[in-house]
Amino acid sequence: MTNEIPTKIVINCSTGVREVLELTQAEIDERKAMAIQAEEDEFAALEAAEALAELKTSARSKLVAGEPLTEEEAATLII
Amino acid sequence: MQAIQTVTVGSGGQSSITFSSIPDTYTDLVVLCSLRSNRTAEVERLTFRFNGDSGSNYSYKALIGTGSSKFSEGITTNGIISYAATGNTATANTFGNLSLYIPNYLSSNQKSTSQDGVFENNATNAWQNIMANRWTGTAPINSITVTPDFGTLWLEHSTATLYGILAGSDGTTTVTT
Repeated sequence: MTNEIPTKIVINCSTGVREVLELTQAEIDERKAMAIQAEEDEFAALEAAEALAELKTSARSKLVAGEPLTEEEAATLII
Repeated sequence: MQAIQTVTVGSGGQSSITFSSIPDTYTDLVVLCSLRSNRTAEVERLTFRFNGDSGSNYSYKALIGTGSSKFSEGITTNGIISYAATGNTATANTFGNLSLYIPNYLSSNQKSTSQDGVFENNATNAWQNIMANRWTGTAPINSITVTPDFGTLWLEHSTATLYGILAGSDGTTTVTT
């Protein structure tokens, strides 16, 4: 098992000099925090999209059946 | 539009790509990326940061499609995000593509940017996004970093190119050269 330190590439746009630099511990820690946040954001976004799709399906079914819609269901149909 | 610099990730990958010391000789900037990360999933979210600012100083409004659903969102973040990179379980040898347009990058006001992108995948799950972004920083943009959020590396052959847009000779018209 290796403990290689991840690296980043930095290019100086004025000089064209390219450097490959090791991440600092602070940068490594921040990257871990970014990954956790991304997981939370993605989960929330997909959950919200799924909930909206379910509401639309329910609203459509009720409309076809002539049943009253809830406020949330109606909101999915009104722009 | 002039290419300022291009970075192509080599063997072993890199955790981020940074364009530093961006010249102040242009009117606008464009970043074009072709990216694939080592995340064990089909989609990778990525983050752009300006001048190394990792604070919650960015926000966006987005329309996003996943191939099977769509949603919109608008949140404050610590970078300009995009869902337009592939993870490492997407179709082999495919890369996500996106463009980030940064008008008036030398402005002493907050910066608004726009972005569109899609990750390529020979499957239902293929995300696209269009986004309007804002960075509250008032300093001229002199560095841009792009980082994968879930994965730890941009894989080999990922590329990012920074372009500069020049104002026209009358000082008001943006032209390409």
